[in-house]
Amino acid sequence: MPFVKEADEAFLLGNAPVKESYLKADDIVQLAVQTGADAIHPGYGLLSEKADFVRKIEKAGIRFIGPDAATIEKMGDKIGSRVTMQQAGVPVIPGTDKGVGTLEEALQSAPSIGYPLMLKASAGGGGIGMVRCENEQALSQHFNSVKARAKAYFGDDVVFLEKFIADARHIEVQIFGDHYGNIVHLHERNCSVQRRNQKVIEEAPSPRLADDVRGRLHEAAVRAAKAVNYKNAGTVEFIVDENDEFYFLEMNTRLQVEHPVTEKVMGYDLVEWQIEVAKGNQLPESDQSKMGVNGHAIEYRIYAEDPVKFLPSPGIIQRLDWGQLDDVRIDSGYVEGGRVTPFYDPLIAKVIVYASTREEAIDKSREFLTNVKVEGIKTNVPFFNQFIQTDEFISGKYTTNVLNHFQLTAKGEI
Amino acid sequence: MAAVKSTMAGTVFTVNVAVGEEVSVGQVVLVLESMKMEIPIEADIAGKVSAINVQVGDFVNEEDTLLTIES
Repeated sequence: MPFVKEADEAFLLGNAPVKESYLKADDIVQLAVQTGADAIHPGYGLLSEKADFVRKIEKAGIRFIGPDAATIEKMGDKIGSRVTMQQAGVPVIPGTDKGVGTLEEALQSAPSIGYPLMLKASAGGGGIGMVRCENEQALSQHFNSVKARAKAYFGDDVVFLEKFIADARHIEVQIFGDHYGNIVHLHERNCSVQRRNQKVIEEAPSPRLADDVRGRLHEAAVRAAKAVNYKNAGTVEFIVDENDEFYFLEMNTRLQVEHPVTEKVMGYDLVEWQIEVAKGNQLPESDQSKMGVNGHAIEYRIYAEDPVKFLPSPGIIQRLDWGQLDDVRIDSGYVEGGRVTPFYDPLIAKVIVYASTREEAIDKSREFLTNVKVEGIKTNVPFFNQFIQTDEFISGKYTTNVLNHFQLTAKGEI
Repeated sequence: MAAVKSTMAGTVFTVNVAVGEEVSVGQVVLVLESMKMEIPIEADIAGKVSAINVQVGDFVNEEDTLLTIES
């Protein structure tokens, strides 16, 4: 693993399955104490949004690089966060304001929300633990399995209903706060290109967004952050419908996988900002009027997966040649010869392309991606090569269902 | 008799059938979890489940026999 080699010191946490290593909060804290660490950065997944983990770290006299435990807890409860946002004047998707305990309750609440609707785990997030239900029959069919899955994945089987917003865009706003009451937004990212409710392409700024809507989104995100007295990096996710009406979706109380697109267009290092805030310093920049966007950035999540069915493809990376192009940032977790195991997410690298305009960024992406050579495992690079040439992507008019009707025309081998 | 094999390394997430149960072609008999995704495993022949070699939570490798169907 290249990141282990880059570290000055590295310690083995345990075995590969996350339950035997990355999810063992006590072991991580103990190791941090033993090695004299001042602070812990939780990364994106695993324990990064677990309030108990934060409390354990703080109890050990170590700083957690992220928001406080109470904020994480408040926003991690999807039903509770809906209520908090409504009170703060941030629009939320029509839905139930408390958990639906039984199928009967769900069937009773559903007509006032209207079908199709989303059945969601309150403790869920990141696209896991949610099912779209077209009608009563589908709701009846999925109710118990979503509940069981919520219990299995998140240890909490509370579920709720939300209206399904058709032809929507997923647009999120990066926010940042410090311990002195400063809260700013770092503009938005469009993350509508998704498969299985998980993002594959993100861009900043969002294409096809009217300036007044953009402004109102930023303002709503800051209001959301202020409502919970937010500190450190966070993201407020919104669903924007075809009439430019927007609704709060969820708040991610951590750094996002796609943060590099924001870094590229704003020129800030968000991890540096996180560390500054955790140290008790003020935000490196808190004058919103000085925080503009320059150029356009697109991130491609390179997954070890079949580009047609999007199914995972673990194995040994026999060849990994990114080719060459200036102004392309590659955040990779692997080097040639590395093994992609079934224990983790199939993300092997993030490719971030930056240019002065969106058109140029797409041209540059095409040039770069066609020269990427990966052997030994399948990746979604052939999918990107075709998808970024579609009118839907080029026009920027795509919505979150864009990949439901996109089909790779020929099985790409790379 | 046909062996239903694992298409990839992963953990058994659910076993959807029992020994003696009749299954049809394309029926999801088992779900694996790999790389944070659920991978459905389908029966490729119709018949009766004669043996199940794995339990929920077991780690399996690609090509491991998960269960057997007698046509």
